[in-house]
Amino acid sequence: MMKMFKQLKPGWGIVPIAVFLALWEIVARLNLFPGQFFFPPFSIVVSEFYYLTANGVLGKNFLSSLTRILIGFCAGSIAGILVGVVMGWQDVVNKALNPIISLIYPIPALGWLPLLMLWIGINEMLPIAIIFICSFFPVLYNTVTGIKNVDKNYIRAAKTLGGSNIRILATVVIPLALPNIFTGLRLEAGMAWRVIIAAEMVAIPTGIGALMMKAESLMRIDIIIVCLMVLSLMCLSFEKFFAYMEAKVTTKWK
Amino acid sequence: MPSIEMRGVSNYILKNVNLDVLNKELLVLVGPNGAGKTTLLNVIAAFADYRGEVFFDGKKIDKVPTNKREIGFLFQDLALFPHLTVTSNISYGLVAQGYSEKIIRERVNELLDFLNIRSLRDRYPRSLSSGEKQRVALARAIAPFSKILLMDEPMSSLDPQTSKYLRTELRSLLKKLEITTIYVTHNLLEAEEMADRIAFIYNGQIEQIGLPEEFIFTPKTDNVSEFIGKPNILNCDHCHILAPGFIELVIRNMNLVLPYEGNGGIKKVAIFPQDIYLSSIKPPGPEVNRFKGIITGIINLPSVSRVKVDVSGNILVAELSREAALEMNFKEGKEVFVIIKLRGLRYAERI
Repeated sequence: MMKMFKQLKPGWGIVPIAVFLALWEIVARLNLFPGQFFFPPFSIVVSEFYYLTANGVLGKNFLSSLTRILIGFCAGSIAGILVGVVMGWQDVVNKALNPIISLIYPIPALGWLPLLMLWIGINEMLPIAIIFICSFFPVLYNTVTGIKNVDKNYIRAAKTLGGSNIRILATVVIPLALPNIFTGLRLEAGMAWRVIIAAEMVAIPTGIGALMMKAESLMRIDIIIVCLMVLSLMCLSFEKFFAYMEAKVTTKWK
Repeated sequence: MPSIEMRGVSNYILKNVNLDVLNKELLVLVGPNGAGKTTLLNVIAAFADYRGEVFFDGKKIDKVPTNKREIGFLFQDLALFPHLTVTSNISYGLVAQGYSEKIIRERVNELLDFLNIRSLRDRYPRSLSSGEKQRVALARAIAPFSKILLMDEPMSSLDPQTSKYLRTELRSLLKKLEITTIYVTHNLLEAEEMADRIAFIYNGQIEQIGLPEEFIFTPKTDNVSEFIGKPNILNCDHCHILAPGFIELVIRNMNLVLPYEGNGGIKKVAIFPQDIYLSSIKPPGPEVNRFKGIITGIINLPSVSRVKVDVSGNILVAELSREAALEMNFKEGKEVFVIIKLRGLRYAERI
């Protein structure tokens, strides 16, 4: 039996998912789950997904969330990488900024929500700011770690070959730190979606999170599950995208 | 090519080091671990702080940063840039120093052919063998027309056979390049095969500099003698060619046969204690380099025993494991059979 499993081709990974979905349908249809009203069959969820897509509701809310994520995540990541490179490369800067960052970093991104609601107000900038904070610190730390973990002998070798500090940073240190940087990006890409949903559920009238809250108030479990499926897909897609980018950049030599 | 001079160089490891490396010379720096070999290279490369003065071809370079010293450095782990191809690794220094594309292309092609690594040009370091990485690292170090080459135990990660093969090749290459080189190793055999001269460093101080032969036959300090293995030095009374490639030495009443390709004859021979085997019973095989002797003394160290044997009036010190010595029940006054290993002998020729 074990030998048979080992010989299965990769595509067979779809089988457990299919089994799960079939079981879901059966359990829900046969009312085997207590409180059947709160557990719609998979087929109902699929038809609601189609309906929400066709009438534009899902698309509109999805685009709102996606736009906020892209702006906040890109801004936070770029800022995190830039500051991380400087901190990782210049010990003086690291020693100056690290104590401050160490105090701020442990605050969860959503913990900033009440303060930002007062400073920024409830508008598009609020979720973007939350995503920025959520992305900035982890990417910063991964960048600093990546830069500092570059073997000193590579830097020495580049120096003996006549490289200036800037050239060494750009052509040796940053490329070798990329795996760490990509790890930070990959982890935070998924986290950004989790955070935005929470921010939208609390404060913002549009987006997937807001749609979920509306569905909750109307006891539309099917819509909530549709939103969760979209969330799952997007987390996975973003993580896979950065994993793909990392592999594209580093596979040849790593 | 410039020579290197160090005057009164001191830091946390080095103690008032004075060293001259001659133009185009291949100086091998030997010593035990922690003696200061790598630190000395780091001082020359401006990787380590120091007091004192360092000159390249008569010019003081203490304030000159690493990237302006025109040195090539071969690190112990080679430090090939993993994210760059072989070609990009080799051309890195040329690009960094602003050479034109034409010169870069020509120089890289020249080195790829010279070191016989053209087939590797588009590959990444992780797919190269140890020997290939060595050659690429050497090409990279000398590509930007480096005037000085520093090599920090570049063979340490290789197996003995690959190391031996590459040593021969490397020495030949370095001689063709005519580049002043300091080569660091803790392996005396490697030093003997590579060096024009050897410098021995111990506890941050240079204790002896000279020809390889001088180290074996006239060690200046106990540390040098201990490091090289305290060989038995015997003066030859006379010698004659036994057969093509072999010479017979007469040392008092002991006749020793060893490989020899020269013409001048041999005046001294060095036999390392590890190359002398002792046996309680007569060993099988031809009666060549096999003698009878009497044990005159035994010194027991933690893991080895040093046994002094009188062989026809010559006192030889043999080294064997404590277990072997106990098993054979060696005692002073006991008669033993002495076998001298053919290939481990070193000799000094008559000039």
